[in-house]
Amino acid sequence: MEVVYERPRSLFPVATHYCPGCGHGIIHRLVAEVIDELEIREKTVAVAPVGCAVLLYNYLNVDCYEAAHGRAPAIATGCKRVHPHLVVFTYQGDGDFAAIGTAEAIHVAARGEKITTIFVNNAIYGMTAGQMAPTTLIGQKSTTTPAGRKPETAGFPVRMCEIVATLPGAAYVARVSVSSPKNVVQAKKAIKKAFETQVRGLGYSLVEVLSQCPTNWHMTPFESVKWVDEKMALYYPLGEFKVPKEG
Amino acid sequence: MTEKRFMAGNEAIAEAAIQAGCRFYFGYPITPQNEICEYMSMRLPEVGGTFLQAESEVAAIYMTFGAAGAGARVMTSSSSPGISLMQEGISYIAAAELPCVIVNMMRGGPGLGGIHPSQADYFQATKGGGHGDYHLLVLAPHTAQEAVNLTMLAFDLADKYRNPVMILGDGNMGQMMEPVEFPPPPKTEFSKKGWILDGARNRPRRLIKTLYLDPPVLEKRNLAIASKLSEAVKNEVRFESFMVDDADIVIGAYGTVARIAKTAIKILREKGVKVGLLRPISLFPFPYQQFAKVAESGKKILVVEMSLGQMVQDVQLAVCGKTKVNFYSRVGGVVPGYDEILREVEKVVKESG
Repeated sequence: MEVVYERPRSLFPVATHYCPGCGHGIIHRLVAEVIDELEIREKTVAVAPVGCAVLLYNYLNVDCYEAAHGRAPAIATGCKRVHPHLVVFTYQGDGDFAAIGTAEAIHVAARGEKITTIFVNNAIYGMTAGQMAPTTLIGQKSTTTPAGRKPETAGFPVRMCEIVATLPGAAYVARVSVSSPKNVVQAKKAIKKAFETQVRGLGYSLVEVLSQCPTNWHMTPFESVKWVDEKMALYYPLGEFKVPKEG
Repeated sequence: MTEKRFMAGNEAIAEAAIQAGCRFYFGYPITPQNEICEYMSMRLPEVGGTFLQAESEVAAIYMTFGAAGAGARVMTSSSSPGISLMQEGISYIAAAELPCVIVNMMRGGPGLGGIHPSQADYFQATKGGGHGDYHLLVLAPHTAQEAVNLTMLAFDLADKYRNPVMILGDGNMGQMMEPVEFPPPPKTEFSKKGWILDGARNRPRRLIKTLYLDPPVLEKRNLAIASKLSEAVKNEVRFESFMVDDADIVIGAYGTVARIAKTAIKILREKGVKVGLLRPISLFPFPYQQFAKVAESGKKILVVEMSLGQMVQDVQLAVCGKTKVNFYSRVGGVVPGYDEILREVEKVVKESG
């Protein structure tokens, strides 16, 4: 029988701990597919975050650091400076990248560090069970904004791609989602471009992935992908914010 | 062999690190240790190394984490408030068993404190500092030359025990210029780094992590680190015994204070006062036995520190009530003069009749 679809070699053949309908599984797979296609598994180092994806290394078959909360870009910097030929990427959630680790996130881009960040934005804190994220939408309920996020007290959600794209050190910046098969295909293209940007030594690359968290949004998986399209993508427009100049 | 060079302590430490094979330095400027950053930014590119000025001490310590995990000899440095910021990362580095060298040129605290010399970070340096059960190996030089020798040793100890090692100095030592020479670095035996992350080529992938959600598994990890450190406690106690044998009074002091105490001792000896100095060089592991011996032989003890009483607690622990432990200190960036120490010794003499 002809094989038309198989597990990426860079993924361990195990079930994940993610909730039904969660976007992390899809995003892990996309990253693994890109690593396979670029044939870089043996020279890739991943840096896992604190948050739901801390166990990334249980699924991705590459050398891996587990970082402290928000510090993945600093660890990736240390590794990349020692081994410039390696492909080093961080995989971070919204708390990691847009709250506790904002300084590291901005400055890794400001330095034009030749690493890649996969930034998974699901507008909520998943692992600690549903508190407000820096990216929680106005009016969105969480366990720490029980009446919905009010800008007067809880401020406004942060658009990281738009901020990072202003920095000359950032070479590729894109926001994608995994809310539909079409968007998954787009997401993979962006992730591949981001890794290629690093391989070509062009600078820092960032892909923000809007992702669904049915458990903490208290929605069905179907409702949650609809919410990504109808609510999140309004505030966080999809698209490429910055692409390398040539080629 | 080597020529003598006239250098400030900070620069001497930086050069010693490079000669010990350190090729990566990550740091954030803070007084009184900026000369380490500046020297590294000038010298590391000359030897094919990397200097990176981080966005914060927090980032600097995690860049150090990343480079250590990638197999490099790596150093960071700071002074008290910056070292406080690094404590999270230091705990992670200890937990992940990554070798690196951290320099703390202590200044007065707490808070922003001041920029003058202090020894008030003794607890933080020797008792863990960050969260969880761990210790740094802590070395406290008292001259620029000793800072050179101990910095070189620190890299070997870090590799030997896969543990962060701290050089604990103070603003005075960092700024004071002295002649130093650079001996060949020590060649300590340590096992090959079979755990570094450099891409899973022709081997199973590797993992550097500190999360163990299963309590019995984490307990095992804790015990493994403890057992490694107990080896260090057995093998790595370092101290200087200066005119202790015939002394009636023994001063306990480290770093800059110990050096000042030596001046006081010379003057007192000329006056016929039998006083000596027991100077811990390793603060962790601490020379408990040596202080116990002093107490058992009936000598009086006077601890002098630039803190409100931190190392003195370890001395009290060592002597276990067998002799009185007198204590004198200046804090807030004030350095005790040799005349003050002299006076304190004479007070102890008078009290003991």
